[in-house]
Amino acid sequence: MKILTNWLRTYVPNIPADDHQLADDLTLRGIAVEGVHDLGPAADDQSNGHLFEMDITTNRVDAMNHYGIAREAATIYNLPLLPLHTELPASTPAPAFPVRIDAPHLCGRFTARVLRNVTIAPSAGLISDYFSLLGQKQISNAVDASNFVLLGMGHPTHAFDLDKLQGGIVVRLAHQGEKLKLLDGTERTLEPDDLVVADEVKALALAGVMGGYDSMITPETKNILVEAAWFDPASIRRSSRRHLLHTDASHRFERGADFNAAPIANHLVSQLILASGGHAEGDLIDIAIPATAAKTASRPSINLSVTQVQRHLGTTLEDTPTQSALTPELIYQYLTALGCTLIPTRLAVQLEHEMIADGPVFPPGYFSDHAGHISLVNDLFAVQLPSWRLDLEREIDLIEEVARVYGYNRFANTLPTPGIVIAHPTAAAEAAVRTRLLALGFSESISSTFASQQDSDLFATAGQGTIPMENPLSDEASLLRPSLVPGMVTMLAHNLNRDVKDVRLFEQGQIFTGTTDQVSESAQLSLGLTGAVPATPLHTAHDAPIFELKGAIESLLSLFAPAPLTFTTEAPVWLQPGRSATALLDGTPIAHFGELVHTQREARKLRQPIYLAQLDLAKLYALPLKKVTARDLSRFQAVERDFSFTFPDSMQWHTIATAIHTLNIPELQRLTPTEIFRDPKGKSVPPSHYALLLKCVFQSNDRTLREEELTTWWSNIITTLTNLGGTIRAGEFTM
Amino acid sequence: MSDDIVLDEFGYDEPTLDKLFETLKKEVISSSENYSQEAFKLHWLGRKQGRLKVLSEAWLKSAPPEARKPLGIRFNQLKQQIEAALEAPATTTRAAQAGASIDITLPGTTRAPGIPHPLLKTMQEIVAVFHHLGYSTNLGPQVESDFYNFEALNFPPNHPARDTQDTLVIASQQSRPSRDRLLMRTHTSPVQIRTMIDQPPPVRIVIPGKVHRNDAADATHSPIFHQVEGLCVDTNITFSDLKGTLDHAMKALFGSAVKTRFFPSFFPFTEPSADVQISCIFCNGKGCRKCKHSGWIELLGCGMVDPAVFAAIDEQRAAQGKSPAYNPEKITGFAFGMGVERIAMIQHGISDIGHFYSGDMRFLEQFA
Ligand SMILES: [Zn+2]
Repeated sequence: MKILTNWLRTYVPNIPADDHQLADDLTLRGIAVEGVHDLGPAADDQSNGHLFEMDITTNRVDAMNHYGIAREAATIYNLPLLPLHTELPASTPAPAFPVRIDAPHLCGRFTARVLRNVTIAPSAGLISDYFSLLGQKQISNAVDASNFVLLGMGHPTHAFDLDKLQGGIVVRLAHQGEKLKLLDGTERTLEPDDLVVADEVKALALAGVMGGYDSMITPETKNILVEAAWFDPASIRRSSRRHLLHTDASHRFERGADFNAAPIANHLVSQLILASGGHAEGDLIDIAIPATAAKTASRPSINLSVTQVQRHLGTTLEDTPTQSALTPELIYQYLTALGCTLIPTRLAVQLEHEMIADGPVFPPGYFSDHAGHISLVNDLFAVQLPSWRLDLEREIDLIEEVARVYGYNRFANTLPTPGIVIAHPTAAAEAAVRTRLLALGFSESISSTFASQQDSDLFATAGQGTIPMENPLSDEASLLRPSLVPGMVTMLAHNLNRDVKDVRLFEQGQIFTGTTDQVSESAQLSLGLTGAVPATPLHTAHDAPIFELKGAIESLLSLFAPAPLTFTTEAPVWLQPGRSATALLDGTPIAHFGELVHTQREARKLRQPIYLAQLDLAKLYALPLKKVTARDLSRFQAVERDFSFTFPDSMQWHTIATAIHTLNIPELQRLTPTEIFRDPKGKSVPPSHYALLLKCVFQSNDRTLREEELTTWWSNIITTLTNLGGTIRAGEFTM
Repeated sequence: MSDDIVLDEFGYDEPTLDKLFETLKKEVISSSENYSQEAFKLHWLGRKQGRLKVLSEAWLKSAPPEARKPLGIRFNQLKQQIEAALEAPATTTRAAQAGASIDITLPGTTRAPGIPHPLLKTMQEIVAVFHHLGYSTNLGPQVESDFYNFEALNFPPNHPARDTQDTLVIASQQSRPSRDRLLMRTHTSPVQIRTMIDQPPPVRIVIPGKVHRNDAADATHSPIFHQVEGLCVDTNITFSDLKGTLDHAMKALFGSAVKTRFFPSFFPFTEPSADVQISCIFCNGKGCRKCKHSGWIELLGCGMVDPAVFAAIDEQRAAQGKSPAYNPEKITGFAFGMGVERIAMIQHGISDIGHFYSGDMRFLEQFA
């Protein structure tokens, strides 16, 4: 919305601030001036002032016009706001123009005035000047008058060509299927809950939204009926939405117009039209529905306690040690300027500024501003609310007005007493997981909360249900994600498509399962890896990424209290069979990991293999974090022995390790496979076999190990492995 | 060389020994630099004529009994020094050291650590500031009911935010009562409601979390974004407490020189409501391109909890068999909320919000 400062200042002369200061002062009080544009000099060498670009919050529809903002300025600077001049030349006597409201619950007030022998001409003078500065289109004096009043004081009006009317005015609901051609030239088919302003025969206008084409003012118009009314907000909103017509009038009415502004607006419009000739006929017709008046203009007054103002707002920078700067006088001044009527209803006696007794109302309107030791203070007001401020309903609304006008930045910065911080139950576990993953070289990421139907079908855990969206952002986001993995695939693909070939990412986030009646959210972790991972003595470069994921999962589990972790090669369909696995905690799956299934890699045109892991964090967080009890370090020397065995390819490490552990040698501190070797030529290692280099570390806590013991254990291990089908290649003793 | 040192002439007192052994240590260092390794070893540790043996035998022999032990310790230390000099490989001369010098201009190596997400890092920083002010973290679901997201927060039934234009809604909700309808929470405020229904005052919580709106994505908007909200409810919480708390928090986040400025605003669940600006951290308030030459940056919304919210809380507490605890005549509170993306973008000069959700390593690596 645009405001001309020159226009504004006609309502509040002598504002002791230039336009820029005025803009700042308004903005700091919630009447936001977003832009200030210099309009340069006028023809008479006076300044045109400035144009303000306003951003008014939707609850302050009363301030979306010049007079409303002038009232704010008058309040800020404690100046009088000039009344609007509504005098009309004497009208010729005539019988009352017939007006009937058939829908009193939707039309709370209707004013009408007949103007005869008017001259339709282009606007001139102030209207023309202001409109050209505002960039407002000029149409004719009659139409411009309506717009001028709307911009000036905010109430919508409408002018009918009286000679197009058949009989008096009827405000009624439309008939099913009734047709109405509007000012914009479109013909609308009305519904029975559209409110219309009609004559005895036909609908003339879509009430509060737009006038009709057939009764509009034309250059030939001689006689005019000026309408200013009050319509029900919900009804106007409904019609405005249904017909996709958002007009200045509907904008105002659907936010709650000023019930008492209708006759004033009617006077002002009539006045402007008559300035070009013609005369008013008869009195103003003004029908007001009492029930609506009681809900708007004549609402019951509300109580405002000065103590409550101070209780909510606290300390100001101008408080004295014994008195708040928010005095009853100041509160009275602010609210009165905003249009409230304040009646003191309780007087308190203060001794040395300390309240000692409440009494009945003493002399109404009396305030204590004496310097004496005993004073009388009004601490309760009955506040009658202005008809244009339907947003004010409760005591707290008035307290907000006091704070707003006083200025938020004049309040002190105080601090409440601090509370006691209680750690969130999973915070420590989450932090431990995050720190560990970062240390392992995985970077933190955030992917979309949504998934496509296809991805959902592929990545969801069977039988858990998926959650479709009513209004998805796109086809690719039609469901809530049932897994973090599709998001991870997208992020890895994003990198590969930009030639970023080495990527390690993780995401901790929520996944969504269940039904649209009962959505369950649970925490999941995804890991994504692509790029070169160097071979190790145990793993080929081809397999190393999968074992890096396995290592990461084991590392995360090691943060928590020990629980049996096993692995199977069963894996969900999105993982490549034979190159993937499931980690089981206590026998139930906690993670899946491995290479993305090749068909998906092809479908997504990924240039290199990608490796994924998905881990159920809820299950992980159910474990307590590990509590470490340190063991004493042995004072006796450890003995290392390396063995090299040949095994058939079918022999798994797990079998070998189990067999050795079954020997139950307590001094065997560590058993590690240190290298796996295969000979493609089948010379040093037979075909379909592999050589395994195995390191055993023996140590006792209470003695130096004797050579005989070591020899016994060594030979037991060799026997065990030989029985498993292994062949010893070499045994080396090192110390 | 000082073969001719005869200890008897000096005595066995500690200062004298200090001085003598200092001299010997210097001799070890200079001989290690100037002799070849073999010659050095022979000179000091030779079995018959080694200097260590000669000196120690001579001195120990002539020492009074009580001085022998400390003297022995000193000789042992000297021997260790000689052996250490022998073990240092191929560094017997400064010249040899120079020849083996590394090219320190080659890039350093490292095991690349993972990179914390800049957005989540900022979120943690904000949360930490409020932890220090006595706020505990509370979290809540991302799929919420209309009741928690709107109704209890005093949104009127036809408020535009409730429209599917603005809010992402779960499918198949039409047949349910409006308060039960499920949607993606549009702010973290439902956690405020859940907390108050759960526990009586005092409440001091900070709520980090992910939220969603039906917004078209552009450089500064994303349908997915993150918020940190806070809530402080107690007896005698005032608007000036809200001001002081946020002023303190902004100084903690952006530096003690930062100023705050409060403007009236409008939110359904707070009254009075305010928008808060901080003085521009790039130009210290002088005006620059980043602050559109205003000297100020808008950062958060806040306000005093609307009494209607407290009323809704007590109504819901009653429905759950809990005693009323939020009488607006006795209890006041404030709430505030900020967009984490916006703050992180300001902190790091990020121009496209989409980088946060791409997993693009080129973006993340800048924060290593
Ligand atoms: Zn700046």
